Amino acid sequence: MVSDRLLHSLLALFAALAAGLLLLVVGFIAQEALGLLQQLGVGAFLFHGEWQPYAGRFGLLPMLLTSLLLMLGAVAIATPLAVVGAACINFYLGRHSAILARRLVEIAAGIPSVVYGLWGLTLLVPLLAAIKQPGASLLAGMMVLALMILPTIVVVVDAGLRALPTHYRENAEALAIRRSGFVFAIALPAVRGSVITGATLAAARAIGETMVVMMVTGNLVQLPGSLFDPVRALTANIALEMAYAMDEHRSALYVSSLFLLLFAVALVLTNQLLLGWRGRHG
Amino acid sequence: MVEAATIAPPLGARSTLGIDTLVWGVGLALLALFGLLLAEMFAAGLPVLSLEFITGEASDAGRSGGISAVLVSTLWVVALAVGIALPLALGTALYISEYLGRGSTLYRLIHGSLDVLSAVPSVVFGLFGNAVFCELLGLGYSLAAGALTLVCMIVPVMVKASVDGLTAVPTELRAAGSALALSKPALIGHIVLPAALPGVASGVLLGVARALAETAALLFTSGYVLRMPDSPLDSGRTLSIHIYDLAMNVAGGDRFAYGSATVLVILLLMINGAIALVSSYAHRRTTDS
Repeated sequence: MVSDRLLHSLLALFAALAAGLLLLVVGFIAQEALGLLQQLGVGAFLFHGEWQPYAGRFGLLPMLLTSLLLMLGAVAIATPLAVVGAACINFYLGRHSAILARRLVEIAAGIPSVVYGLWGLTLLVPLLAAIKQPGASLLAGMMVLALMILPTIVVVVDAGLRALPTHYRENAEALAIRRSGFVFAIALPAVRGSVITGATLAAARAIGETMVVMMVTGNLVQLPGSLFDPVRALTANIALEMAYAMDEHRSALYVSSLFLLLFAVALVLTNQLLLGWRGRHG
Repeated sequence: MVEAATIAPPLGARSTLGIDTLVWGVGLALLALFGLLLAEMFAAGLPVLSLEFITGEASDAGRSGGISAVLVSTLWVVALAVGIALPLALGTALYISEYLGRGSTLYRLIHGSLDVLSAVPSVVFGLFGNAVFCELLGLGYSLAAGALTLVCMIVPVMVKASVDGLTAVPTELRAAGSALALSKPALIGHIVLPAALPGVASGVLLGVARALAETAALLFTSGYVLRMPDSPLDSGRTLSIHIYDLAMNVAGGDRFAYGSATVLVILLLMINGAIALVSSYAHRRTTDS
């Protein structure tokens, strides 16, 4: 039989390895990025608009703004719909239809992003193209991303609503408060922590998403003038150019992934701090 | 609720009919939308499925023939990733739950690190994998490099599920083990692990699902060669990359893109079903005892 000490050290080793993965990832990305970052300075990436890798110009501004717009648009579309959807499942649908609806939402949340991209590319883009060419656009990206993150927000808010104490509802019934009044004045405000968590997780997913934006936004590097303009997101740029990028160009892609990494991590940490703060202060 | 409203007419004169209609409208529209999208996928994809499609060799850049090479590549990547991640995740979960106190700094550190890791965008993992596994370890574009990249992505979810399984083990079982003066390794091996098996199994299934769904991290680690791999050191494309390539880069590839998407979603639904079975089994077992 293995001795306790041996097992303890073995498991500690595994845990150290698992916890160290994050450091490894951040470390290697930074190592590939830092040389060029130091050489050109952060400003050359963040505040310049020209992306001409062969001329040594690595302005990420248009793609950075595109990524932010895509994220904000998707979260703005998806969050209210998801919150109302979760309320509908909890307080409007009957017991059995609610179970069915939850299964459908879980299935939708588990569908790979490449399938959402396929839907967007074959169903939504032609529809938008009929309104205004070329169809593959900022708006298409926002809409498909919204669709992709919506189930995740519903799942989180739904879990919050189900965890509400039953006496909330009993008291509301005793006061003859209508269902809609209970939902919007009592239940939803009580789960705003879940709404924030759901929206933040969704935002992190949206800004990090590659396949959907690559498939439906047209991938043209430019500052979007309108919702119908084709654009290229930071993630899509990495995926599109990584296959042939060399030297400085390759390093520039690592720099952009470092920005992505920091942004997504900051989002999640902010959310945890908010939750921790709320947990302590009510 | 309904009874209450009929017994006592609610205060406030304005009708809430508008709000109720809005909630019903949004809720049902959303459910209908997802239902329709799935129906659309199956309608386009199911007619493509056949024995020839599953077992045949791809020809004409994937527009015709089958996806056997894609399925074999997917199997390699997923099996390797989950096989390597399992001991790592299980070991970590055992260390966290059996050796560390819940409030300890180390516990929070490991947990926090895994939480942040799960927030890292997949394309970033792809770049990491390319730099470390393809270049530094010299694996090149290969199924093994893709699998190792996926290991980093699925460890957090597998640790979380395993820890949940371990904490669900009834304290009486541990107490009984300690009363028999079992050593810690014996306690873990004979009592805790068998009891936590459903949680560990859920973790494995979740890991498989995550690995199956991943695309961006594999684009420049396992590559997209559409050939039957001879070994995990060959490059190969998984189902999700096949869907992307057919939809984006192959004119007239939509039909087979939907066929492949249908296969992928059916696989994921089977995994979902298996997770539900495992957890209902675990629930029955704890409520019976």
